[in-house]
Formats: sequence, C-alpha cells, structure tokens
Amino acid sequence: MDKKLVIPGEFLSDDANLADEGTYVEEGKVFSSVFGIASLKNHVRVVPLSGKYIPRPDDMIIGIITEVSFSNWIVDIRSPYEGLLHISEFPRRIENTDMSKYLKVGDAIITLVTDVDPSMKVELTLNDQKLRQIKEGRIIDVTPSKVPRLIGRSGSMIAMLKNETNCNIFIGQNGRVWVTGKDKDIELAVKAILKIETESHVSGLTDRLTRFLKEEKDKKEKGPGKEHEGKEETRIEEQKEDNTEENVEPAEEEKQQKVQEKAEEKKSGGILDELLGDEK
Amino acid sequence: MSKPEKLIENGIRLDGRKPDELRPIKIKVGVLNRADGSCYFEFGGNKVIAAVYGPREVHPRHMQKSTSAVVRYRYNMASFSVEERKRPGPDRRSIEVSKVSREALEPVIFQEYFPRSAIDIFVEVLQADAGTRTAGINAASLALADAGIPMKSLVSACAVGKVDDTLVLDLNKDEDNYGQADMPIAMTPDGKITLLQMDGHLTRDEFREGLEMAKSGCMAIAEMQKAALLEKYSGQIGGDAIE
Repeated sequence: MDKKLVIPGEFLSDDANLADEGTYVEEGKVFSSVFGIASLKNHVRVVPLSGKYIPRPDDMIIGIITEVSFSNWIVDIRSPYEGLLHISEFPRRIENTDMSKYLKVGDAIITLVTDVDPSMKVELTLNDQKLRQIKEGRIIDVTPSKVPRLIGRSGSMIAMLKNETNCNIFIGQNGRVWVTGKDKDIELAVKAILKIETESHVSGLTDRLTRFLKEEKDKKEKGPGKEHEGKEETRIEEQKEDNTEENVEPAEEEKQQKVQEKAEEKKSGGILDELLGDEK
Repeated sequence: MSKPEKLIENGIRLDGRKPDELRPIKIKVGVLNRADGSCYFEFGGNKVIAAVYGPREVHPRHMQKSTSAVVRYRYNMASFSVEERKRPGPDRRSIEVSKVSREALEPVIFQEYFPRSAIDIFVEVLQADAGTRTAGINAASLALADAGIPMKSLVSACAVGKVDDTLVLDLNKDEDNYGQADMPIAMTPDGKITLLQMDGHLTRDEFREGLEMAKSGCMAIAEMQKAALLEKYSGQIGGDAIE
C-alpha cells in the first residue's frame, strides 16, 4: 500500500525532488516532518492528523468577527493569526461609523483570504458573490487537515452527505463547517461529519458512512426519503445580494420541504408507512 | 531514608535491574481532550503528563518573534509528587529544568513555519522518582507530535550515572541520591545530542562509555515512543488499513 502512518523524522524517499508538504529534505533524502499519513504516489507528502489552520491566499474560510476597529473588522479564523477585513473589502461602500451595523462582534462570515504576508498578516475580502454573512444554520469545527477528506475526491463525499441529509453544507478551508436545513437533518449531518473526522484515516470511509446514515435514518423511523435530486445545487452561488437571498432562501426551503413530505407520503415500505398503516 | 550499604550487589541493582537496563515504561498519547497534543508517560516510578498548545497567539505581545515561533516550556512538580510536600510554584530548580528541556526540544521544532506565534508545552510531574526531566522531555516530544507540530524528529531522553564505581543506565531514587554521578542526556534518533548535563564526577573513559549506554537507552525509548504514537490510531476500525 502506498499510504502509511508515519512519525516525525521517518525516512520516506531517496529522491529530494519528490518532497511535498509535511516533509523536509536533509542530505538529499526526504523525511516526514509531522505525525500523519504519508502518501508516496507521484509526490511524497504527509497529511498531519492534527494541527492548526495556517491561512493561504485563495482559501475560502468561515470567520467570526471578534473586534470592530477604525477601518477593519478583526476576524477569528481558527488559526494562530487573526484575519483583517478592511472596510473597502465590504461589497458596498459604507462609512466607518456604520461598520458594526453591517457586521458586529460575533457575526460569522464566509470570506476569502486575499493575501498573507511573511509576517502572517492575513487579509480577507467579502467582495465576491459567493462571500457573505452567515445568518442561519449551525457552524461546527473539524480538524483543518481533514477538510480534504470531508470534501472527498472531486467533492464526492460532500455531495453524498448533502444528498442523504437534505442539508446544505459549506466547508471552510479552516475547518469550520456550516450546515443549514431542517433541525433534524442538521443533527444527522453534524453526526455524520464528526464521524468522518474521527475515522478519516481508515479505509472504506464512504461505504461505512452510507451505512451509518442509513442506520441513523432507520432509527429515527423516517421514511426512505432519500432520492431528492438537485438538492445539493449550491444556493449560495446563485444569489446576488445579502438581503434578497434572505428572502429567497426560506421560500425555497419550504417548497423543498413540501415536495419532500409529499414524496414520503407516496412511498411505500418505510417504517413510517407501516406505523401509519396500522393506525388506519 | 538512609544510605544503603551497597547499591550494586553481584551486578544487580537495588531494584533488580542490570546496570544497562531501563526501568519499565508506559506511554499513552492523546490523554487530554482540550489540549492540542498531550501525552502521559510513566518511567519507572516517575509519572508525568505533558500538554502542548499551539501554535497560538503570543501573550504577552512583546515576547513574540517576527520570524519564528516562540517555544515555552513549563516544568512543574506537583506538591504531592515527592514524599516531603514540595512547596508549589516555580523555584530555582524547576526554572532551570524548564530552560534546559526547552532547549532540548527547540532544535527539532520547525519554529520558522509559524512566525509571531507561541508553542506552549506544559509538563506536570505527578510522581517523582529520579529522572523527571528526562521523562518530561520524552512526554513533551510525543505531545508535540500529537499536536501536529512539524518536527525534524522525536526526542528521547534518559540518564546514565555512576554508583559504586559502576556505570548504570537510568538511575533510580537511591542511586541518584547516593551515587557518584548523574548525567541526563536527550538526543534525536540519529544520535544528535540536544541535552547533556552532569552532576558528580566521571573520568573521560567513563564519560564516553556512559554516552554509549545512554545512546542505546534513548534508541530503546525512541522505539517505544513510535509505537505509542502509532497505537493512538491503530485501536480503531481497520487497524493499519489507512486510506
């Protein structure tokens, strides 16, 4: 197998040109620099099993406002370094005095890292259609190094999760995950995400997770309301302005919920149907 | 306790060990949930727990370095860790141990990866039985790895000493108190020494021989450290099947 658990200082390869993240080169040989999972395909890299988020340009992350200063919002980005969101990076022109009317301490935002300088000054922006404030749903924390695993190969894991739980899920590179949907669904999604986090290094994760979701659903005596196509279409990307999308979203959600309920009624063979059938 | 008449009899020490034998070691990685990395380490009668936090923001601000992380190491003995109650708080000895232990670990940490941040290491001695600083360094090095901090390698430490004119590995309490020399050593698995202290007297030849003994002791500890780290993740479904 070309993947294995390695400790810091473990010898990985003789070819210094293959060295990638999580490794260091000494005397032409590649060694692991972290405790994590090494993959030796193409490039030699080690993905740590734990560790803090270190910001990089173009990372899409979820931040929480910790301070409003003269012309910057100071944002907690779950890293040793704080993020700076300058007033000019807000989508609209606003006055210094009005800053906390738009974003106040404790507000969560989806934001983009525009620049990180050598002294780790992190600059953020909200100037993009995808970027905005988070107003509903739940935010949970996972280990940042496990984000790729949570997303899956070309988004397979997250697409499956969205489909199965009927939630909309956004994963920030800094390990904050934003889940929206019905309360029950959110709960299931959160459970599943935490399961992925604790078992990310064990093989066959996708299969086990599918089984887990099925079991959880059966436990809750929910009907087999799995097949909702098109649910995972990211709503975030379609909207243009903060205010309009606030109005659109609930309506859209309601519609989807109704469709879902109808679908559940029609389907047969579910535990719910059996119970209802008995009563009738 | 008064001085025993003989510390070594027929090549066997008071606790039944041979001169080049380590005390039993027990290691558990990841014992604290709130810390970024942690480790519990038993080294004979020593029981220590290490916690690592960071990299994180530096407080107070003036301590931060603009090009690298600062490493802070706090060695502390619990008041109940020794027979006679130890007065709590830092004292001359624990400040010294903190400093040398920090310097034993700094060479392996890639500090330049995290400018303007701090890596905090806390080592608490729950029970002391000679060799707490080496136990602390062993534990701290594992806690650092557990926290996902990039390092060149682990660090292993053990002591050699001289009792009854014989070189012995890993002194116990009596040998430490009544022996002729005590030399704690920390090194990386490839033999680079990061800590070497000595109290007492050794001849040049004894020193060289002692160093070799310590080296083999550290190698043995390094193996156990590695096993302990891997164990943290092998207890789960699928064993070594990693994706």
